[in-house]
Amino acid sequence: MQPIDPAALKERLEQMAGEPLYLHLETTMGAYTKNTYGAFARNVQVRYLRAGVGGSGPYRVGLRLPDGWVVAEGLTHWEVDDRGRLLMAGHDDEGRLTVALELSRDPFPMSFTEEDQA
Amino acid sequence: MTGSADPLAGERHLLVVLAHPDDEAFGCTGTMTILRRRGVPVTYVCATLGQMGRLMGRPPMATRETLPLIRRRELAEAMRIVGVDDVRLLGLWDKTVEFEDPDALADRIAAVMTEVRPSTVITFHPEHSGHPDHHAVGRAALLALDRAGLDPRPRVWMPAIRSDEVKLDLPIQVIDIAEVAHVKRAAFAAHRSQTTGWDERLAASETMRRRFEWMFREERFWVWA
Repeated sequence: MQPIDPAALKERLEQMAGEPLYLHLETTMGAYTKNTYGAFARNVQVRYLRAGVGGSGPYRVGLRLPDGWVVAEGLTHWEVDDRGRLLMAGHDDEGRLTVALELSRDPFPMSFTEEDQA
Repeated sequence: MTGSADPLAGERHLLVVLAHPDDEAFGCTGTMTILRRRGVPVTYVCATLGQMGRLMGRPPMATRETLPLIRRRELAEAMRIVGVDDVRLLGLWDKTVEFEDPDALADRIAAVMTEVRPSTVITFHPEHSGHPDHHAVGRAALLALDRAGLDPRPRVWMPAIRSDEVKLDLPIQVIDIAEVAHVKRAAFAAHRSQTTGWDERLAASETMRRRFEWMFREERFWVWA
């Protein structure tokens, strides 16, 4: 992943607007942390009308849905992977994941039995 | 360890049932290594790929989407080091084991028990193992034991890494693993995405440092009734 370039990220997000997409959205403090909190949702189908990138790093991303919103904050890194999926994440200064927002035209895999034959 | 004092004497088949790749690296790879070196079969059932972990290496070597495959390869490497070639991945999603159908999960574990007929099962204590997935796996393994109905019933050991803090009314079995400590260290390091930067984490906590030193000398298990 690379550090977020907000203009390039906004351009990419706008390219995916209006399409039926699958969403992975997550925040985490780690399961071994006392009094932890967090949530995740994987493969929720969404279609957004417009997208914005806010802040000066870490960044916020907001997706306007026909009837609602998806918003994530604390995003520091992004990439478009070899399947064309847009992966955004926040990492703390020890490299640990804190937040993830991902968009894909195809469902995110839930099984890894066939993929790892290499 | 020799003769009748050897708690691993007469072991026919060890079945390890845990939740995430690297759970074994803390609790029982020393015991697994000793048994493999004696030619005793070891089967490892791992419920998830730990794919929701927040540790991604330092600096990050994974994304949320590449982490499962990386952890799967790390587990394969760790098991190559330990000498275990029978690894069964149940393919559940990390952080969701407690929400799965417990009967279906127990049935899958029971099928492995019926197949390999273990003399010892290592699994998590269902209440004192530090992570909801661990507790769910421990509950399912105990339910599976009832369903498999093996005769003789295998003994059940539960990694007691936190036995310095958690005092249970259960006997503790100690396995001296000093002779294979180097193997355990190598298998631990093989889980690179999870264990890089570990030294700094240890430096921040006296309890963690003490447990970590002790983890490479001996393995402690609560003996389930």
